[in-house]
Amino acid sequence: MPISSLNFRAAILSLTLLIVGLLIWEAAIPAQKAVGELTEYELLTGGGQPKAGVPPPSQVIAKAWEQLSDPFYDAGPNDKGIGIQIGYSIYRVLVGYALAAIIAIPLGFLIGMSPLAYKALNPFIQVLRPISPLAWMPLALFVIQDSEASAIFVIFICSIWPMLINTAFGVAGVREDWVNVARTHELNPLKTAFTVILPAAAPTILTGMRISIGIAWLVIVAAEMLVGGTGIGYYVWNEWNNLDLTSVIFSILMIGVVGMGLDAALGFVQRAVSYAE
Amino acid sequence: MKPFLSVENLTQRYPDGAGGELTVFEDATFGVEKGEFVVILGHSGCGKSTIMNILAGLSDPTSGVVIMDGTEVKGPSLDRGVVFQNYSLLPWLSTLKNVTFGVSARHPEWSKAQVIEHSTKYLAMVGLEGDVIHRKPSQLSGGMRQRVSIARAFANHPKLLLLDEPFGALDALTRGTIQDELLKIWGGTEQTVFMITHDIDEAILLADRILLMTNGPYARVAESVEITIPRPRNRTEIIEHPNYYAIRNHLVTFLGKRSKEMAGQQTGEGSNRPTPVRIDKTEPEEPEQAPPALRAVNE
Repeated sequence: MPISSLNFRAAILSLTLLIVGLLIWEAAIPAQKAVGELTEYELLTGGGQPKAGVPPPSQVIAKAWEQLSDPFYDAGPNDKGIGIQIGYSIYRVLVGYALAAIIAIPLGFLIGMSPLAYKALNPFIQVLRPISPLAWMPLALFVIQDSEASAIFVIFICSIWPMLINTAFGVAGVREDWVNVARTHELNPLKTAFTVILPAAAPTILTGMRISIGIAWLVIVAAEMLVGGTGIGYYVWNEWNNLDLTSVIFSILMIGVVGMGLDAALGFVQRAVSYAE
Repeated sequence: MKPFLSVENLTQRYPDGAGGELTVFEDATFGVEKGEFVVILGHSGCGKSTIMNILAGLSDPTSGVVIMDGTEVKGPSLDRGVVFQNYSLLPWLSTLKNVTFGVSARHPEWSKAQVIEHSTKYLAMVGLEGDVIHRKPSQLSGGMRQRVSIARAFANHPKLLLLDEPFGALDALTRGTIQDELLKIWGGTEQTVFMITHDIDEAILLADRILLMTNGPYARVAESVEITIPRPRNRTEIIEHPNYYAIRNHLVTFLGKRSKEMAGQQTGEGSNRPTPVRIDKTEPEEPEQAPPALRAVNE
């Protein structure tokens, strides 16, 4: 079968690239040069300690094994398992994202259906949309007075725009024929919205939702670096302060894997609501 | 006594973009009787589709009224079913669901099983049975999609069925098959049908009466030609009928020549009632209509 053989060849190529990359990385890390006899003074000032450097992949893999075999341990505020940290991040992303969806989708419907609402709200959207979500952080911290809720607010404000704009765009672009079908069948506005416009616009709305979840996951890392306490962003920053680069690299990889998972989940829903004309 | 459907002094004007107005048609006045199959023929731009949209209630005329069964047409209604040229099926629903969508809108009090049974029956009447009805419209051919659309419209028993060039997008062979199916499904009902087409042979095969429109602007419904060929009709047999070519030639001449000559004439009278035309070669006295030479219809 040509398709499976293409997939197979692609997998072989990916694996080769991975192994070659890891080998180059491993080889590129200079070995700690052996230090000779140290004076007492040198020992006292830490001269015997290996110099901090980028760890080789073997160390990262060992670290990953260690962390993933016990992801949910909790040994105090500065020592929690990777599972707990990622869990906090996902929780914040999902709450902020859900709040954004609850507001963005109905509002997007309104903007898409009503040219008046579109013209009236468009200036606000255009001004608010390009603001970096982190710029809201000081204001959020001051007004909300709670770092947890502020992080959620930042996620909310960054994920609302793609959903809002795509919903409006999808709703405004519903083919007039389909709306006419609803009209000739005397459907009331609510029924028209749910049985014709929502399914017709669903693929576009889901595209917006997929963009939003991606942005939310990008932003949560930065937000947690600022807010601190828990979460994968805090974890990265905390390990940097500990100068534990192995953990930093490991958590960077975990951010990628979780982000991929979130995108794949939305991609699955998107395929479920898409239709061929 | 007013006809079942009465179109009175219908006028449509659009702004022409240069500050003035463009009159598409003016004072169109005609009637359709209950159970009648009326086809409207005319060139593009004469406002056929606009008339159709007004009858459907999807758009409002500049002036004039449409009265159906004693009440004025205002907005769309389940009493007026529409089959659109581009099928207008909802692509995310299966074939069956596209029909149950209409049936449950018509009969909200029916049970789910009743709705499905009724819908399946009408899909079977247009030759869609078995697995096919669970497919999405995108998996159907153009002809099958239009069958679904016809089934959806007939299943609702509207008082008036509007067909907007329903076979325009189909190839000639498929068109023939579906015309036969339409005749079959229509034959069993007392359904009043108003249809737009560009196809003269299709019009003669299907219609009781053909309304001829002159070219726009200031288009009007100039003639109402009775199709004096008895039913049931069959595409291979009607061409043998003595009236067939007489009627056909009359229509071709009108569309090829007279629709242009008569275009843009403002009658200035209150209403533009079409002149009734009856061509019947089977009657003893010959009508004065001289059959003109065959002429190509150029759009």
